[in-house]
Amino acid sequence: MNARSHYDVVIIGAGMAGLAAGIRLAHFGRQVCIFERHNAVGGLNGFYSRDGRRYDVGLHALTNYVPPGVKGTPLTKLLRQLRIDRDEFALRGQLGSRIAFGPGAADLRFTNDFQVLEAEVARAFPAQIDGFRALVAAVRAHDEVSLDAAPASAREVVRRHLTDPLLEDMLFCPVMFYGSPTERDMDFSQFVILFKALFLEGFARPAEGVRRILRVLLAKYREAGGERRMKCGVRRIVLREGRAAGVELDDGAVITADHVLSSVGAPETEALLSAGGLPTPRPTEPGRLSFVETITVLDRAPAALGWSGDTIVFFSEGRNFDYACPVAPVDVRSGVICFPNNFAYDAGEALAEGWFRVTSLARPEDWMAWPEPEYRARKQEWFGAVQASARRFLPAVPNAELAAATVATDMFTPRTITRFTGHQRGAVYGSGVKHRRGLTAAPNVYLCGTDQGFLGIVGAMLSGISMANHHILQRG
Amino acid sequence: MTKDDCKKLVLDIIADIAPDEDLTNVKSDVRLRDQLQLDSMDFLDIVMELRKRHGIEVPEADYLQLASLDSCAEYLTPKFNALPVKG
Repeated sequence: MNARSHYDVVIIGAGMAGLAAGIRLAHFGRQVCIFERHNAVGGLNGFYSRDGRRYDVGLHALTNYVPPGVKGTPLTKLLRQLRIDRDEFALRGQLGSRIAFGPGAADLRFTNDFQVLEAEVARAFPAQIDGFRALVAAVRAHDEVSLDAAPASAREVVRRHLTDPLLEDMLFCPVMFYGSPTERDMDFSQFVILFKALFLEGFARPAEGVRRILRVLLAKYREAGGERRMKCGVRRIVLREGRAAGVELDDGAVITADHVLSSVGAPETEALLSAGGLPTPRPTEPGRLSFVETITVLDRAPAALGWSGDTIVFFSEGRNFDYACPVAPVDVRSGVICFPNNFAYDAGEALAEGWFRVTSLARPEDWMAWPEPEYRARKQEWFGAVQASARRFLPAVPNAELAAATVATDMFTPRTITRFTGHQRGAVYGSGVKHRRGLTAAPNVYLCGTDQGFLGIVGAMLSGISMANHHILQRG
Repeated sequence: MTKDDCKKLVLDIIADIAPDEDLTNVKSDVRLRDQLQLDSMDFLDIVMELRKRHGIEVPEADYLQLASLDSCAEYLTPKFNALPVKG
C-alpha cells in the first residue's frame, strides 16, 4: 500500500452519505478518501455478526420506494446520480403496514399504493377525509429539498387541515419514528420529506437487507477509483488561517486535503473543528432522541405464528402519541414493529429464519451510565417489557409458542448506537437543528448526512450527493 | 466532427445518466426537458460528463444552449472541432 498523504477531498465517515458523496467525487475524477473509525461501513445503517448470524442495524425498510417507471422521486434521482441500475439493489416491496393506536382505538392500514391509506382514513375518520386530502395536496406542493426553506411547525400546518387529534397523532407516529430529530413537533419540510417517503412512495427491502445496498455502493466507489481507510478515525480537523488544511487521524498521522466533507453529525464535526482550534460560535445541540431495538430470531417465518399480514406496525398506547425523550430508560407505550420476512420476495429469496424486531424510544443517560453487569441485566429486563408491549398490537401468540420458536435474541441501545456511530447521546436522527447548506465554521468543511437534513437512507445518500455537487463539483 | 456526431455523443451521455429514459424517438428540435424527464441535477451531469469525457467546458451562463439536441449541436460542435487532435 502506498497510501497518499494528500487528497482533493477527505470524507469523514463511511455511512450512506459519505459513500454516496465519494462515488460522485471519484466518478468526476477527484482524488478522494473516506476515513472510517469503525471496521465496517454503513454507520447508522450497518450490520454486525454475532454467533455466525448477521443482524442489520437501522434499516427496517428502505423508504422512498417507487416501482420501475416512476420518475422524478428521490430514489430515481439517487440511482441516476450514482449510475446504479435499480435491479442492483434488488428491492422488493412491502406486503402492507399499519398504524395501530389503543389497541382498539383505531387502525390505519397502508401499502405502497397510496389509495389504500386514503380509503382507510375515509373509513375510520369520515369527517376528516376532505381535510386529509387538502393536507396531502399541501404536502405534494411543498418543495421540501429547497436549501433555503424557512422553518415552520408541522403540527400547525397539519392542524390547519385536520381537527381530530387522534388522526393527527396517527399520521405523526410513523413520520416521527422514521426520522424526526425533534420532540413532539418537527419542521414542516422534514414532515414532507418523510410523509412522501413513507406514504406517497413506500417501503421495500432487498432480501439480503442493508448489506446488498452497501455492497453496491462500495463496488461503485471502488470502480470509480475512490479509496477508503477503515479503523481509521479522524480526531481533529487541522486548520490553517481559518481553513481546513487536512485531518489528523487517531494514530496521529496528518492527511492534507483541499476540502473536508463530514458525515459524522453537526455537533461531532464542530468538536473536530474545535479540537483543531476553531470553535463554533453557537454550537449545535446534540439531538435528544434515541432508541432501543429488540431483535428476536425465530426458527420459522413470522407468518407461521400468525404474523403474516404486517410488514411494519407503528403502535401507540391509548389515543395519544408522545414522541419525546422518555423519563424512564425506555418508553414502551409506543414503538415500531418490523417483520423483515414480510416483503414480496422472489421465489427462492425467502429469509432462512424469522425475524421480529421492535424499536422504542429510550433515554440515553441511563444506558450510557450503567456499569457493564447492570447494563446487561437492564437489557434483559427491558427486552421483555418492549416485546410484551408491542405484542398487544399483533395477533395473539401464546408465550410458550413464541419462546419455543425463538432461537436467538439481541438488543441494541443508545450505548450501542454511540459506540458504532459516534453520534453523541445515541441520537439516531442527529441534531434537532439541521444545516441545509452544509456549512460549518470553516469555509472548506461541509456537512452531509443526517444533520444536513435529508432523512432516511435514500435521504442520507441524496445528502451526500447534493453536498458533493453543490460545494465541490459545481465549483469546477 | 459533424453536428450529427455531436448529437450522438450527447445522447450517449444522456443514456448513461438516465438509463430509464427511452431515447429512440428524441426529436432534435424539441427541448430535451419537454420530451424526457430530466431535472437540473441531470443537466448538471451532462455538463460534467462533457468535461470528463471530452474535455469540453460549458460555463454556467451557457447552460441554456443545451436545451435541445439541435442547440447542443450548434453550440458544442465548434467546441469539439476546436479540441486539439488526439495523437
